[in-house]
Amino acid sequence: MRRTPKESTDSWKKISRRALLLGGAQMALAGTLGLRMRHMQVDQADQFRLLAEENRINIRLIPPTRGRIFDRNGKVIAENEPTYRITIVREDAGEIDEVIARLSALVDLDPDELNRAMAEMKRSAPFLPITVADRVSWDAISRVAVNAPALPGVTPEVGLSRFYPQHGNFAHVAGYVGPVSERDLTRYEDPEPVLSIPRFQIGKVGVEAKFEDALRGKAGAKRVEVNAVGRVMRELDRQEGDSGADIQLTVDSGLQDYVTARLGIESASCVVMDVEKGDLLAIASAPTYDPNKFVRGISVPDYAVLRDNDHRPLASKTVQDAYPPGSTFKMVVALAALDAGLLSPDDTYWCPGHLEVGSRRFHCWKRTGHGHVNLEHSLRESCDVFYYELAMKVGIEKIAAMARKMGFGDAPDVPMSAVTAGLVPDKDWKRRERGAEWLIGDTVNASIGQGFVLSSPLQQAVMTARVATGRAVRPRLIKTIDGVEPPIEGGEDLGLNPNHLRWVRRGMYAVMNNRRGTGYRSRVDHEPYLMAGKSGTSQVLNRVVRNEDVPWEERDHALFVAYAPFEAPRIAVSVVVEHGGGGSAAAAPIARDVVLQALYGGTPPLDAYPASDRGRIEAQQERLERERRVREQEAQSRA
Amino acid sequence: MSYLEYTVKTTPSGWRKVLHLNWPLILLLSAVAGVGFLMLYSVAGGSLQPWAEPQMKRYGMGLAAMFVVAMVPIWLWRNLSVLAYLISLTLLVAVELFGAIGMGAQRWIDLGFMRLQPSELMKVALVMVLAAYYDWLPLRKTSSPIWVILPLLLILGPTALTLVQPDLGTALLLMTGGGLMMFLAGVHWAYFAVVLSAGAGTVWAVFESRGTPWQLLKDYQFRRIDTFLDPSTDPLGAGYHITQAKIAMGSGGWTGRGFMQGTQSRLNFLPEKHTDFIFNTLAEEFGFVGGISLLALYVLVLIFCIAAALQNRDRFSSLLTLGVGLTFFLYFAVNMSMVMGLAPVVGVPLPLVSYGGSAMLVLMIAFGLVQSAHIHRPR
Repeated sequence: MRRTPKESTDSWKKISRRALLLGGAQMALAGTLGLRMRHMQVDQADQFRLLAEENRINIRLIPPTRGRIFDRNGKVIAENEPTYRITIVREDAGEIDEVIARLSALVDLDPDELNRAMAEMKRSAPFLPITVADRVSWDAISRVAVNAPALPGVTPEVGLSRFYPQHGNFAHVAGYVGPVSERDLTRYEDPEPVLSIPRFQIGKVGVEAKFEDALRGKAGAKRVEVNAVGRVMRELDRQEGDSGADIQLTVDSGLQDYVTARLGIESASCVVMDVEKGDLLAIASAPTYDPNKFVRGISVPDYAVLRDNDHRPLASKTVQDAYPPGSTFKMVVALAALDAGLLSPDDTYWCPGHLEVGSRRFHCWKRTGHGHVNLEHSLRESCDVFYYELAMKVGIEKIAAMARKMGFGDAPDVPMSAVTAGLVPDKDWKRRERGAEWLIGDTVNASIGQGFVLSSPLQQAVMTARVATGRAVRPRLIKTIDGVEPPIEGGEDLGLNPNHLRWVRRGMYAVMNNRRGTGYRSRVDHEPYLMAGKSGTSQVLNRVVRNEDVPWEERDHALFVAYAPFEAPRIAVSVVVEHGGGGSAAAAPIARDVVLQALYGGTPPLDAYPASDRGRIEAQQERLERERRVREQEAQSRA
Repeated sequence: MSYLEYTVKTTPSGWRKVLHLNWPLILLLSAVAGVGFLMLYSVAGGSLQPWAEPQMKRYGMGLAAMFVVAMVPIWLWRNLSVLAYLISLTLLVAVELFGAIGMGAQRWIDLGFMRLQPSELMKVALVMVLAAYYDWLPLRKTSSPIWVILPLLLILGPTALTLVQPDLGTALLLMTGGGLMMFLAGVHWAYFAVVLSAGAGTVWAVFESRGTPWQLLKDYQFRRIDTFLDPSTDPLGAGYHITQAKIAMGSGGWTGRGFMQGTQSRLNFLPEKHTDFIFNTLAEEFGFVGGISLLALYVLVLIFCIAAALQNRDRFSSLLTLGVGLTFFLYFAVNMSMVMGLAPVVGVPLPLVSYGGSAMLVLMIAFGLVQSAHIHRPR
């Protein structure tokens, strides 16, 4: 069937018309596509370029190197030691189980750690290194390195971790670092991004925590290009950070080591302070613990042992525990009375062994009484009745004012954790806090440092230094930060009459050097280094029983404060032995040993001690020296 | 049916046919394919493997197939149209049946050197059979209802078969392409007006039904539509691909980031960068200048098809040529709309550029038909 020419032409005309119509529509659509392209690539190019850059560029932080902590002589207290860990990259390992089997023949792999690593490996991208063993020894790392060809995907990695070479000696002072916790992050309003780096460590307690900002330094950053699944393709540029500042403490680690060892297994604390600048030469709390355990993340059983120990090794007793100061408070009462003009050195009171106040009877520790007592005798023999009488005359307000002047009732400004202010009670305080009126009996109790009065061993040392110098000595723990010495604060004159101070000091001298003094048995027998001191016993339970007859935790605390040398004071010392019994028996010998160790700058010669003590002291010195060598060897073998 | 419409005597014969090929069209197609090689080389990170070299070989094969098809007189192809359609339809049914029973979810036939998708074959076969149908149908019957129903069935059969595969993209292309073939053949515009308004009405009804008791789509289907309309509502899920594709395109700017310097494609942010989204790599690396140039090449191919169709007084040849041009246009228009975020992502490759064998070979055979129509046109 052949088409007629007309049909053919009609067909062509129709097709042409429709083809042109459709062609026009197609061109219009193509034009729209072109315009859309122009809109995206020209008008919106900048914002899309930005999005593309955001996609590909990742900023990775470079953790800064933490500042170190030294003692006053430059001995290391906290440093950063390289730690080795073993990582596996799944995609490079191939047969992962086989590689792990080969690896475990070379290195001890902890099964828990390994299970965690395998789980993590399944979850994360195959090119990410997963840690299978942390803190492995150098030997293990060497074995892995030698066998590298048989261990595809296995890489030994090195990092820095905090290490405290002096172990327990500075646990309560320098503190320790640990991994950043959720709580740490909420503590900061705007946490620095560096805190979210895995394994990053920050100070948890002590100087490590208080000087966190200075020690941490500033993180650097590198910009890397990543692909869609997060694999790093190359590094674009990097900006190095600043390592943290080194901090030097005023503490002498030799003395600190001695003090810690001397306190031994007692639940005790001791502060040694330079009376000129207030430098804390030793500030030790016993028993102690190894801060390195906390850096690694302490195990639950290990922590339970520390937490449940009734000697409270975790407590920083020198600053965070407040005790009734006991008879060491008598210097404060005496100075308050002298300052008020209500006492002169020759005034005497009669001590029959007790004092009736209202219907209550207050005992002197010596039931038979001291007879006629003047200021020097009252300190020397620690007569309580003398101070009962005196305090009632002076009143609590003046005593409280003098106590504050001597450093009580206010938290010393030292960068340690949980520093207590202690307590200096007065009428206002009792009304406010207890809702009761001040009673005369409260004054009587306070006069011998019992009742409401509380102070920390550090405050006791400060008080002693102030009595010794008459100046407002303030404790100082930081010698330098980043090589710069912070200005020394305090040291201004307290405005006390020098005669008053001299009379009180003479009493403290008599405590140590008079045959009838409570500290006479712990005296120094070397003329230039003679001590002045005062014993104290702070009651744990208000009962009249012998300490030997009650369980340990109900026995009295033994306190002792001292300064030396008497003629030209250099150091002040305070010692607290918890539940140690009487201050003169339990605390004074420690104070004497520490004073001599500090003044001689090492083990003192035996002839510094009274002849009768030398045999016992020699044995003690030998024992401590032996223990010290053992510690040293242990430290060396661990390093 | 009129062999005599062709003036055989004036038609070139033997090797002289080569001189009468539509050479500009061949050059344009090769230029487009060349852009494809370049981009496949780039997305492989500067390597001929794994994509650029196989693609070149396939293009060579496609070119050879085109020449062979072009040498065969167009009237022979016209007489084979119905057969081609039936074969394609049978293959579609076969793949549907055997794919479901014995070959897993397979939608292709393995030819050894490539995998042939019957739905691709159908794109050409449908154009052929519709052109042959309207060549056979007397002009005055074109718009009468009974003669409109037959081509509708020819279109809806394979559309339905591809839809159940499910391959929504190809089904839409078949339906649109077939419909527009009917328009070109001269079916009365009123039919199209009715269909279009019915379609618009349906869309309106679907959207109006949202949240009412007579809701026409499931909630998740609506959410898919939302994601298409605003990909940022689902940046990590379905919207991720299109968002990344737009970033790649937009960040190219005027002149692009440089050959093999596109960060979006090089770092794998761009999905399917060697197939559906290859245009974004081009736009990223060569910018607006590169993108618009490829678009211009495509439009030129289309213009050459339309021009060839208008030159040709044979009804079958004109319709066939326009149909192939139309199919080509639908491919690139849908793909580009998709990668620019103007259309939902339905999985349509960029013709001659995207990596893939079947689509390229079928397209080259279709252009072989266009060439045959051109050589053997009445003079």
